[in-house]
Amino acid sequence: MNQNRKYPSIIGALSMLLGLYGPGAVADEFSDADIDRWEMEYEVVVEEGEKLFHGGLGNQNTVSCDQCHPNGANTHPETYPKFQQQLGKVATLWEMINWCIENPLQAEKLAADDPKLIALQAYITEERKGVELMPGKH
Amino acid sequence: MSKINRRDVLRNGAAVLAASSLPISMVELAFGADSDQNFTFAYISDSHITQIKGNEFVRNWDRGLIRAVAETNLLDPKPDFVFYGGDIAQLGKPEEIDHGLEILSALRGDVHYVMGEHDYYVDLGEYWRKQLGPDHYSFDHKGVHFVVLNSILTHEKWMHQKWQSGMDRMKQMARLDNPDGQPFMVGEAQREWLRNDLKKISKETPIVVLSHSPLQKIFKSWNFWTDDAEEVQALLKPFDKVTVLYGHVHQIQTNQIGNISFHAAMATAWPWPYPSTYTQKASYLPKLTVEMNRADPFFERDATGWQFIDVHTGRADVSYLLPDNKNRTVAYSEKAGHPVDTGSRKTDDRSPPQKHF
Repeated sequence: MNQNRKYPSIIGALSMLLGLYGPGAVADEFSDADIDRWEMEYEVVVEEGEKLFHGGLGNQNTVSCDQCHPNGANTHPETYPKFQQQLGKVATLWEMINWCIENPLQAEKLAADDPKLIALQAYITEERKGVELMPGKH
Repeated sequence: MSKINRRDVLRNGAAVLAASSLPISMVELAFGADSDQNFTFAYISDSHITQIKGNEFVRNWDRGLIRAVAETNLLDPKPDFVFYGGDIAQLGKPEEIDHGLEILSALRGDVHYVMGEHDYYVDLGEYWRKQLGPDHYSFDHKGVHFVVLNSILTHEKWMHQKWQSGMDRMKQMARLDNPDGQPFMVGEAQREWLRNDLKKISKETPIVVLSHSPLQKIFKSWNFWTDDAEEVQALLKPFDKVTVLYGHVHQIQTNQIGNISFHAAMATAWPWPYPSTYTQKASYLPKLTVEMNRADPFFERDATGWQFIDVHTGRADVSYLLPDNKNRTVAYSEKAGHPVDTGSRKTDDRSPPQKHF
């Protein structure tokens, strides 16, 4: 028991020595500067998504997402997941993006965690911000 | 069948045509005192033929135009002529214009062309005019005065600024949601031409105007808009019956402003969302519009289509031929004083796919 209790204080002391925490800092606090940086990180990905959406995917047939979805309109990110009758199952937005990549764009689909697919979702959702979440809606 | 009037025949015929894609024959019946002046014409628009490389083109857009051409050739009674509403090409390349014209060359009868921005901005319309002639003109047909305008011009300063290449300028204009987009306009020179053209026309003569962009203001961000629309409308105001037909918007739109009826054409290539579905900016879709059904992207031709126009007593009834969707007819109602979707339900009773969000 006694030995177990000692470990946290030793880790704390080591951390102080290594400068991992500032004096008095608590792990779950963050500053305005942090928020600014995080927002900037997000905006960079949205911008990347905007480029990909407007012809940046490099697909051979040159068809781009914005040709059918100006400003990402008619993509309805707020309605996913929803039953997609053409697929016969509940689908997510990224699966539908991949459907578009494979069909009108005639290209290879992206992995779910591909940064490009994440960026496309960031752009599409950003253009739809302020709209109420309505999963399942048709 | 003998009691059916001519418009019903055309409407029903269109439904049969789309369902079966077989030639149909229709009996032309007397329709009012001016029946010999009644006529139809077909109206195809926005094919956006896209060259990939060499003689390889995007199949999807090719198929849309090929289908519209084939179905137009099956119309019976034969339309007097065909209008093509602009945007043959995606990036205005000679290869794209030529490939589009090759597909359109299968049409039987005369075709009149309207300039679209996708045909124009790579070389300011030079190749298009070389192949098709002037981009604004007029002619008379069975007592109706037809006017074609090039409505997709923009500020001279922007058009003639130092561009890396014509293609650079084309790509700026080809992006519908370009935040640096430029507004379409007919321009002073063409308005002056129109003023003179209309001088010799009596006020009772029905006028049909074709432009690529709407000669009204709906949504500036996507150029569902012509900057000098009011000036053009003012020139058309003295006439009793005016119809404006336009492309560009890839969707059904219907409006009446004073004496002018407005109808938009479907694209053969792909549909566009209604502006209200982009919630970040205000838009002004005419209230008379009964929105087309929402696209089912899994069916390649859904929410695309083409039109034929029945001109009678100087008014134009527009029938929309919609693959995989119920065909629609928007006809001028003398009683209402504006075009009415003949199959439309009251706003609060529309089918789920007509509710865009």
